[in-house]
Amino acid sequence: MNDMTDSLWTALTHIVTFNPDLVEIVLLSLRVSLSATLLSCLIGLIIGATIAVSRFSGRSLVIIVMNSLMGLPPVVVGLFVYLNLSRSGPFGWLGFLYTPTAMIIAQTILITPIVAALSRQILEDIYEEYREQFESLSLTKSMRTGAILWDGRYSLITVALAGFGRSNAEVGAVIIVGGNIEHLTRVMTTAIALETSKGNLQMAMALGLVLLCISLSINILVSSLRLTATRLGYA
Amino acid sequence: MLNITPSHTQTAKPKRATQDAQASPFLSCRGLCFSANSNVLIKDISLNFSAHGMSAIMGFNGAGKSLLLRLLHGVIQPDSGTVLWDNTPVTHDNRKRQSMVFQKPVLLRRSVLDNLLFVLKSRGSNDPNIAFSLLEKVGLENVSSRAARLLSGGEQQRLALARGLATKPEILFLDEATSSLDPTSIAIIENILHEECLKGTKVIFASHDIGQIKRLASEVIFINHGRISEQTGAASFFTKPETRIAQTYLDGGLPVI
Repeated sequence: MNDMTDSLWTALTHIVTFNPDLVEIVLLSLRVSLSATLLSCLIGLIIGATIAVSRFSGRSLVIIVMNSLMGLPPVVVGLFVYLNLSRSGPFGWLGFLYTPTAMIIAQTILITPIVAALSRQILEDIYEEYREQFESLSLTKSMRTGAILWDGRYSLITVALAGFGRSNAEVGAVIIVGGNIEHLTRVMTTAIALETSKGNLQMAMALGLVLLCISLSINILVSSLRLTATRLGYA
Repeated sequence: MLNITPSHTQTAKPKRATQDAQASPFLSCRGLCFSANSNVLIKDISLNFSAHGMSAIMGFNGAGKSLLLRLLHGVIQPDSGTVLWDNTPVTHDNRKRQSMVFQKPVLLRRSVLDNLLFVLKSRGSNDPNIAFSLLEKVGLENVSSRAARLLSGGEQQRLALARGLATKPEILFLDEATSSLDPTSIAIIENILHEECLKGTKVIFASHDIGQIKRLASEVIFINHGRISEQTGAASFFTKPETRIAQTYLDGGLPVI
């Protein structure tokens, strides 16, 4: 019990004193996750909005596939990216393997379906509500898409935060393509796995606490946004 | 105070001087049919509308009034039949010169002003002064920055009307736009419709409010079970309707099923 208390105390000390190793790992994690979230939003929102306002044969199948991809196993994505970025792979010449770029690519592949599927559902609900009015106004497809993206902005921020949460907590893909190299590709989740296996529980707990705080902050932010949007009449 | 006289007594000039309502109808439909889930909802409707005045579509609930308005406006396509406007089918492009105010206004999740600016931008205008003058017209100038969805029902309907007018329509369709509104909101909307009619906008509206139809309409189209029962001048409709079902409606009776 004393070991546990001591570890927790040391972990808190690491956090409060801004332990350089800890800060470096947290900053890299945030950089990778935020970049992946941004890229996923750029791709996923366009896909989601396009499907929301389009009617074509096979649309239901596309939606089913997109929804299924939300559950992509991270290690499979990691393996797929690894095979593509390894020296013998088609994109090996880029030299991205074991770099933060590879981790960003893997996380982008992992969370783009989440952003696309969730945003499609949100935007389609809005579009169904607006459709007749848009038809009456004879709006072009791009105007309709722009309008629902803007009007769904609060809900879409929630989607983006959900994507960020997923990427920030992900370990399987980044450990395969990043390699968990110290000062280069070591992020919070991979570091926790490593430090735990080494028995360095203080650092693992410190990183775990930071990860939990980030997750909690995201949830508070999402709830606040929803409440604010509803209160202001923009939800 | 309201100062509304039936528009069939007015000398409204249509927006198109070349329009000769007697020789060539402004808006017409031929053999319109529409069904949903194997139910025939609109049955072989043919109508002619002149460019002048306001036309009211009346009928019991479920008679097909809203559907007919949507078909005329072209937001839904008929199973068969055509809608011609100036002898041209209503298309995505020429529908830009029409507007429709729906029974339940769908407002964007934006401010009152932004709702209008959105429509103006879609027509290539970005002048907030136009938006403000429209808001003034419908009495919403003091709530321009408020979220549109937080407005009262009457205010939302007035905003929807302002949005409809923002496109400077040649035809304005209204689907029971004043149902469930208070007398003040109804009066404001009726006054605006009256003004627009005088400016030459053709107004076609569905309503259950007999008093309103008497105040505004120059002609009445009575629809029953998806068929036109009669199309006649408002004055003659209210003094001597041609069909028994219309008389039953005016007497407050129940439809024969």
